Amino acid sequence: MACEAWRGKLDAYLDGELEPAEAAVLGVHLRGCAACAADALHRVQLKRSVASAGRRYEPGAALRAKIALHGAKPQRQIGWQWSVLVVPAALVLIVSVATSLYMSRENARRQRAYSELADLHVAALASATPVDVLSSDRHTVKPWFQGKIPFAFDLPDLQGSEFALLGGRVAYFAQTPGAHLIYQLRKHEISLFIFPGAAVETAGLPSGAVHALSFNMETWTQDGLQYFLVGDVAPGDIKTLSQLLRAGR
Amino acid sequence: MEVPDQPLPAATFDDLALPLFDQLYNFARWLTADTAEAEDLVQETYAKALRGFPSFRAGTNFRAWMYRILRNSFLSTRTGLKTAIDFKEDDPEISLLAESSTPESLLLEQANRQMVQQALDELPVHFREILLLCEVEDMSYQEIAETLSIPAGTVMSRLFRARKALRSLLQQRLGGGRHGV
Repeated sequence: MACEAWRGKLDAYLDGELEPAEAAVLGVHLRGCAACAADALHRVQLKRSVASAGRRYEPGAALRAKIALHGAKPQRQIGWQWSVLVVPAALVLIVSVATSLYMSRENARRQRAYSELADLHVAALASATPVDVLSSDRHTVKPWFQGKIPFAFDLPDLQGSEFALLGGRVAYFAQTPGAHLIYQLRKHEISLFIFPGAAVETAGLPSGAVHALSFNMETWTQDGLQYFLVGDVAPGDIKTLSQLLRAGR
Repeated sequence: MEVPDQPLPAATFDDLALPLFDQLYNFARWLTADTAEAEDLVQETYAKALRGFPSFRAGTNFRAWMYRILRNSFLSTRTGLKTAIDFKEDDPEISLLAESSTPESLLLEQANRQMVQQALDELPVHFREILLLCEVEDMSYQEIAETLSIPAGTVMSRLFRARKALRSLLQQRLGGGRHGV
């Protein structure tokens, strides 16, 4: 087939809409024809540019909250309609079903939140510069966050313990900036995230220890701030660090 | 795949609809070019989808269904009605033979994100929306056809025109630098 005819099919090919057999033949042609390959490359570039430029707008937190509430409404309405029609025993059943639905949705939301925190932890460690302020001195690290995050926090002195502060960086969770501190324990890095409680409320995280995605996590609230520890060390080590951080204040 | 032809349980509405929230907002904002209008449109879409959900049939594409609701709602707004005036049906018989790669196409490599965003803003809505559905939402031609309520053949020709229009806008913008290349 002539190049002209192939080029008429390039868009469908790159959009993944060509029949497999035809796509295979076109693939062979592209490997042998520099002009068509260059054309395909330009089209891919345009596709990529649009894909990137098109992801432009993010909804505000207020709208997100409204929509989330909105979605929860019909289940309550259904429960209400039934409760008018049936005996109280059925009401109990409906409430328990609604609770379990709510719990499973909460669970899914929590799981997403933990995944996001684990991502932040892994992404920081994978980065060439895991910390933006490199210091084991809490009096250097803490002031560095001034003006970068919308709250202040206290960092206890962990000298003498087996945990060493490596430094910190700014992290974003639920569109809110917070502090991300990295501690080291026997070659293992542990992330401490601190976010305003209000931001975390939308993520609906309860206090306590959690094991998710092979990471051990612990979270607690203090002075309106939500603290998270994430790391691949043993749950006991996470617990020890959380106790040190809580007690040191 | 055999899909039971019965309404989905109401509990799954959240599971299906909430994950689409960010994308729907992005799409709405592109259509309306206004934050407040986009927010109203997304809320209206969820309200309508919720009401219509009991009649939603398993086996139908839920994402295309949501986008269709959003788009139809948009077309009935004041902004949407204005944009619909200059909307012409595509000629499905259009030749899809693209012009061969011109030296100008090399210039596209220089187009930055902001430039592409401005060019998308300038495109007529029916070109902008189909590009977003295809490239950003990664929808198949069939899904796009369902969303826009047009035949699959028209998807291809409209996409072709939309890309051509976008390329031409970008080339115009980059035209100034052509002599330097």
